[in-house]
Parts: sequence; structure tokens; C-alpha cells
Amino acid sequence: MVDRGAPLLTLDKVETRIGAYHILHGVDLVVPEGGATMLLGRNGAGKTTTARTVMALWRACAGTITFGGRDITREDAPTIARLGIGYVPESMGIFSDLTVAENLRLASISGHLDPNRLEVIFNAFPAMKRFWLGRAGTLSGGQKQMLSIARAIVEPRRLLIIDEPTKGLAPAIIANMVSVFRDLKATGVTILMIEQNFALARAIGDTVAVMEDGRIVYRGGMADLSEDDALQRRLLGLSMSAHQ
Amino acid sequence: MTEHTQAPSLILRLLSGDLPRSRVLTIILITIVVGLIVAPFFIPGARSLNTAAKILIFIALVASYDLLLGYTGIVSFAHTMFFGIGAYGVAIASSRMEAGWTALAVGTSLAILLSGLLATVIGLFSLRVRAVFFAMITLAVATAFSTLMSQLSEWTGGEDGITFKMPQVFQPSFRLFEEPVFGIVVNGRILSYYAILVAVAMLFLLMLRIANSPFGRVLQAIRENPFRTEAIGYRTVLYRTIASVISAMFATLAGVLMAIWLRYNGPDTTLSLEVMVDILLITVIGGMGTLYGAIVGSVLFMVAQTYLQDIMVLASKASEHIPLLASLVHPDRWLLWLGLLFVLSVYYFPQGVVGSLRDRARGG
Amino acid sequence: MSKPVTAPSASDIPRRPLDWLPVALPLIVAVASLPLIGNPWTWLTLTIAGLAMGMIIFTVSSGLMLVFGLMDVLNFGHGAFIALGAYVGLSVLMPLTPWVEATSVLLNSAVFALALCAGVVVAGMVGLVFDRLLIQPVYGNHLKQILMTTGGLIIVEQLIRAAWGAETVSFNLPASLRGSWLLGEAAVERYRIVALGIGSAIFLGLLLVLTRTRIGLMIRAGVENREMLEAMGHRTRHLFVGVFVVGAMLAGLGGVMWGLYLQNFTASIGAQINVLIFIVIIVGGLGSTTGCLIGALLVGLTTNYVGFAAPKIALFSNILLMLLILLWRPQGLYRVVDR
Repeated sequence: MVDRGAPLLTLDKVETRIGAYHILHGVDLVVPEGGATMLLGRNGAGKTTTARTVMALWRACAGTITFGGRDITREDAPTIARLGIGYVPESMGIFSDLTVAENLRLASISGHLDPNRLEVIFNAFPAMKRFWLGRAGTLSGGQKQMLSIARAIVEPRRLLIIDEPTKGLAPAIIANMVSVFRDLKATGVTILMIEQNFALARAIGDTVAVMEDGRIVYRGGMADLSEDDALQRRLLGLSMSAHQ
Repeated sequence: MTEHTQAPSLILRLLSGDLPRSRVLTIILITIVVGLIVAPFFIPGARSLNTAAKILIFIALVASYDLLLGYTGIVSFAHTMFFGIGAYGVAIASSRMEAGWTALAVGTSLAILLSGLLATVIGLFSLRVRAVFFAMITLAVATAFSTLMSQLSEWTGGEDGITFKMPQVFQPSFRLFEEPVFGIVVNGRILSYYAILVAVAMLFLLMLRIANSPFGRVLQAIRENPFRTEAIGYRTVLYRTIASVISAMFATLAGVLMAIWLRYNGPDTTLSLEVMVDILLITVIGGMGTLYGAIVGSVLFMVAQTYLQDIMVLASKASEHIPLLASLVHPDRWLLWLGLLFVLSVYYFPQGVVGSLRDRARGG
Repeated sequence: MSKPVTAPSASDIPRRPLDWLPVALPLIVAVASLPLIGNPWTWLTLTIAGLAMGMIIFTVSSGLMLVFGLMDVLNFGHGAFIALGAYVGLSVLMPLTPWVEATSVLLNSAVFALALCAGVVVAGMVGLVFDRLLIQPVYGNHLKQILMTTGGLIIVEQLIRAAWGAETVSFNLPASLRGSWLLGEAAVERYRIVALGIGSAIFLGLLLVLTRTRIGLMIRAGVENREMLEAMGHRTRHLFVGVFVVGAMLAGLGGVMWGLYLQNFTASIGAQINVLIFIVIIVGGLGSTTGCLIGALLVGLTTNYVGFAAPKIALFSNILLMLLILLWRPQGLYRVVDR
């Protein structure tokens, strides 16, 4: 049951430390259900740290994280994944020594792959079908990214956290991804995406949050931000139209 | 912040600025030092003198290990090997050549050379891969060396070891003064004891100097965060290798002192796993990364070993009728209790005695 | 409208070329040693002894290798499980001496199997205790891990001495396993062939589990990237304890076999073989079962060849082997884990 607009994921004054470094200084973020929220910001702003904190790969030392009404601050990563959050990390996290098939099979908790979902994946990413029994390590960069996303949607998810999916990919592949993400949104999945590519962000984003120095410094609709060149320059250092 | 009376600048320079930083610790250390200086006269008897000498040698040995474990954060199982090289160097030289100062010098120099070489090779080779591999490789090399020493019986006396003589001044028959001083005859044993005392004091102060130098600070940085230190520009492999070479050389010198005192060396004296465990235990209980922990730890350990083993003999006799209990408290099982104590210390008491005393002094 | 999902044909898939060079190494070493040994019959005996010893070492090392690759835990006390296996096996065989001495293959096999099972069970239980008391509390801290597990090894060794005594014990093979078959002029010990068989079965079993089962899939994935496995919803903590305990059980099994291979041993049997195991793991590469096997075979062969030709440097030759392989491939023969 998708309750569009209602907050699905809420971060309240979340702080994270890694070793001696204080990275997140009180993040307040709301991800409404049924849309795509883009998390933008310069390098080192803390976007990936935020994603990892939500997934409990790093522990928040202060604040609360709520998902679907449930407090998940103290939960561990497997529990959070099973609650319905899929994670596509920046490094893709592909198991190179396993085949594509094994990677996907591992993503399914029960071990069985639903043929319908599999077909959705094959339609979106034909390469997965072609390289089904091939070692994942031999895939190209773009194909690995597709596998990483495919893995995250093998199981039905309420939220997908995707960290820089288009980094280092060719424009043609990026264009393909835009339609994939649009299709995903149509199925009702909520997306929280970290992206440096502003064209992509504008194409699929509904709401946007900008991070700087471990804090959210701007929250609003994507439409508002993409029309305000001056605001873009102030927050992101350049205007969105400069990135195609 | 507790109030400190400013230490005289001479003391500061002597200790390279590394003060005990705890009133209790200062008192303990002064007591130990004074005790070790007057031991031959105030606690007469061969057994107590032997214990005191062993304490001294272990202070040097454990302090050198603390440089590696406590300051650089590396676990090595080859420390006994370097200890053994020093002892065997002197032993072989003194038994093959004419016993005397020349033999001592030759044995010591060759031992230092060999240790330096081995430590460099091991370090450059394995510190590049991972610290954990370093531990494994040191274990392998140390075991191989120990086996080798047992097998080269022509040179090393095999399992039985070698007995040898020391320069005349250190021989028991030597008399420095005709008349006894404070009721004790000042013979070669007493002289060798004081020679060892002076040597250990110098070695320890030197190690304090190294630990508190810029080099020592880099080592600590590497221990805390090797990636960041490498990123800043320090080649961690180089620093770690140098640290392990320095540590090895000090251990070798401790071995030399051991040989001078015992006038005997065998595989069990220096190369055994038991000695390695002793070193590990003293370092952990004394306090890793403090160097003073070596002093406090060695004293605690040696005293405990002597007296606890006496208790264990009694306990074993008392529980004769309970078979398993009797064998558990038998003094031969000293290592069992040592091992238990070791594991408990690593987990519950990693800061050791010195660490806790300093924490308390800081008000923590 | 929906098309059936079909698997692509085999010709579409890019095949990874099989890395055969490390597999050939034991063969190369064996062949190269023939001229050094001289007598081909002696060579045959030594080769079989080496392979058998290698198989036993593989059995005891495989568990540690998986644990290291999967959990990044180095159990310096692994030798404790081996020692326990040997002594427990001994305790099983001693009261059943009539079965041991009987000429019936059935009775011999039964008592042998019983000893193996006992070793496996006890080692497994102690493994559980090890994990709970020594590994879990300091997980993530390599330094403390090494220290605690070393302490564990010493404690277990001393407990063994307390319970079984400090003297050398004798472990007698069941009657039908004694003696040798004659192959030409070479005396091939029966027990060594049995050890070869058991070790090979374990190797194949491990490979099957790793490649064909879901647990194996999780282990292989976890060795590569534990964090991602957790983020995908798998609870790796239970997996790890399981792998650790199985590793301990394999060590116990190998311990019984190793004790029978040596026939005379003391409580230090664990600490002594520890060194060989570390060499095997370093040589084989993290997380690779095949690498572990090849490393173990190489160590077994080297020990036997050099032990015959120049006994004094036997242990050194293994270290030399390790150094040479590290010079060639610094991450071990097969690099699986990306660290």
C-alpha cells in the first residue's frame, strides 16, 4: 500500500562518527513515499555516509532513523534490508567470483527467483540475460551497475537507496537508466538517490535535499530548484543546465 | 588536573620527558630501582640474587618488546629468537674462543649483526603484506630457528646447551675487595650483577629516548591509523621495519646479558614458547606502550613466579586425592594459569598496571 | 505476452581461463625431486607419504582458511583443535584395544570411525567455546585476536597435559591399517593411502558445498564482501559461527589422522603443526580451497623430500617454499579476497 507523500524514511538529528572524524552533524531528512528524493551536494558533504548510516553499515551515534513508522536506529543491516530497503552502493558491491545468476539468487531471501520479477529485470537489463552464467567480474562497468540495481529489486522493496549509479558510465547507458528509474517509480517504489549528474537528478527527482558539511542545508521540490539558477549556483557551485 | 611539582630538568632530560605521570607509580618505580641496586646486600642468597638479575634482564627484554607491540602495534613471535641469538652468540664465542672480553665482544657483535640482518629481511618481506601475516611468519621463522639450534648440536650443544666461562672479573672466584662489604663478599657474581644493572639502565633510558623522539611519535601514529599516516607521506613499511630492527637489537643485547649472568645457554633458556608467553604476559600486564610497564611487570611476574610456584607445590600435595585437581595445580602447569591470566588481562585489563595508575592519576 | 525465461546458451558466456599453473606446482615439485632422490622406488614412497601428509594438513587447514577469508579472524589457537582431536581419538582407541588389534576389517573400520567422530565432536564443542569466549569479544581487533587465541592454545595444551600427562603417547593404528603394500620395490603404507582417500573426499565435499549449496554461495560471497552480504539481508553472524565450528571439527578430524600418522606425539602436537598450517594458508591464498589444497600438498611433499635428502633443514625448506611463492604471487597462489 503506497501512501504517496507520507514520510517513508525520516532522519532526525542523525550524527555519525567514523573513528575520530565527526561526519554527520545532525541530519534532518524526510523521504516521502512514492517518489524519488535526490540527495545532492559536493564531494565530502556526507551523502554516502548518510546512506550507509541508514543501512546500519555505520552506526549513528545520535539521532533517530524511522522507516515506515518503525524506529530502525539500533537495528542491524540484515534486519533493515529485510524490512524492505534495498541498497545499491557506490562501489556496486558485486560478488565478482559469483555468476550473475548466483548474484541475483543471493539477493533473494528465499533463494528462489520469481519468474515475473526476473522478466522485469531482463527487460530492463538485457545484458543480465546474456551473461546469466558468466562470472560477474567479467562484466563491464555499466553492466555491473545494472546487476547491482537488478539485485536490489529482486525482492519487492519499499525503498531503494542508490548511491551514484551513473558514475563513470557512458551517456547512452545513463539515458537507459533514466527510463529504468522512471519505470521503477511507476511501480510504487520510493527512491532515495545520491547523484552528481544533475541532468539525471532533474529528470527523475521529485524532491531534493542538499547536503553540506554533514547537514541538510536545503529541502524542497525538484521543480523549484531546477528553475532557480542562482540557488543552484549557491548550493551546488554551478547551475544544473551546465551539466548535460 | 592534579597539581604536579615541576620535576628537575635533569630528571626530565634523563627520562626524555616521559615522566611516570602518577605519584603512586613514581613511588613504586623508585622503590623497585632502589631495591634492585641494594639487592645483593640487603637480600642475601643466591636465589634472590638470581631473581633480581632475571628481573633486570627481563626489563630490558620486555621494554624492547613494548617498543614493537605497545608503540608500533605489531605482534611478533620472533622476539625470543633475537633473545636467543644474543645468548648463543656469547655462548658459542666464549666456548670456542678463549673465554674473556674478546670472546664477549666478538659474540655480541656477531649476534647484533645477525639479528639486524634477520629483522630487516623479515620486516621488509612481511610487513608489506599484512600485520597478521607478519605474526605468522615470525612464528614460522622462530620455530625453524629453534629447531635449527637444537639440531646444530656440534655448535650449540643441542638440547643440553652450552656452559662457558666469563671474563675473570665476572667469575665467582674473583674478589674485588679482601674484606666483605656490609657482610657480603664482593665477588665476580656481584660484579656481573652490577654490570648488568648499569647496562639495563642505559638500555632502558635509550629506549625511552627512542620512544619519545619524533621517530617514536610516527610509530604511534602508524599504530593508531596506518592508512592516514601513509597518506600523510610516511612510508609505514620502512618505519615498521626500523622499529622491528631496533627492537630486535635490544632483545639481542638482553640475550647477551642473560648469557653473562647464567654462564649457560640452551634452547629452553631463551628460545622456548614459555619465554615468549612470559614476555607477552609481562608486556600486557605491565601496560602496553608505556615502557615503565616492563619494569613493574617484570618485578610482579618474577616475584609471583617464585612464590606462587611454591604455593602450587603445596596445593598439589594437599589435593593429591583429587586426581584432576592435583594435576591442574601442579607447579608444572604454571603455564596454564599464566595463559588464563594472559587471556583475562588482554580482555579486561589491556591498559595494564601502569596504564591504570596513570588513568587514576589523571582523575579518570 | 510474457516470454518464457530461458537461460542463454553456453557459447555466449565469456569463460574465465582456468588458472592451471598453481595446480601444476605439486607435479613440478614431485618430478623435480626425482633426480635428487635418486632411487625411483624411494621417490614413490616419499611422494605418497608427502601427498598423504599434505591431505591431512589440508584437512586441518581448510577450516582456518575459510574462517580467515570469511571473517578476517586469525585463530592462532587452531592447533588446539588438532591436539584435542588426536588425544580424544587416542582415548577412544585405548579402551577398545581388542577392536584395534582384531584382524577384522569391520571392527577396525568401526573403531577408526568412532575415533574420528569423537575427535570431530569434541573439537566442534571446544570450537564453539573458543568462538564465544575468545573470538567474539575482541572481534575486529586483530592485535587482541592474535593474543587471545595464542593464550587459548596455551591453555588447551596445558589442560591436555594435565588430563593426559606430559609424556609422549603412542597411538596404534587399527590392525588392518598397518603395514604396507608392495608396489614394485616401493613400500606404500596402507594408512597413507587411506589418509589420501579421506582427504580427497573432504576436498571434494568442501568444493561441492561451496559451489552447489546456498550456504556455500553465502560463504563465497561473504569472503569477497561481507558487508554487502549483510546489506542484502543475510545474517552473517550465524554463518560465521557455523563456519568456525565446522573448521574446528575438520581440525579435530585431521588431528586424529595426524596423530595416527605420527604414531607418537605430545601435547605440543598442536603448536608444532600450527606453523605448517600458517605456511599453507599464506601460500594458498585467502579464501581459496584449491589454493589451500595445493599449498598443503606442496608442504607435504617438500617436508618428505627434504626430510629424506637433508633432514636438518626440513622446516627451513618449507619457509623457503613460502618465500618463493610469495615472491611470485604476493597474495598467495589464488587470490580470492580483495583486501
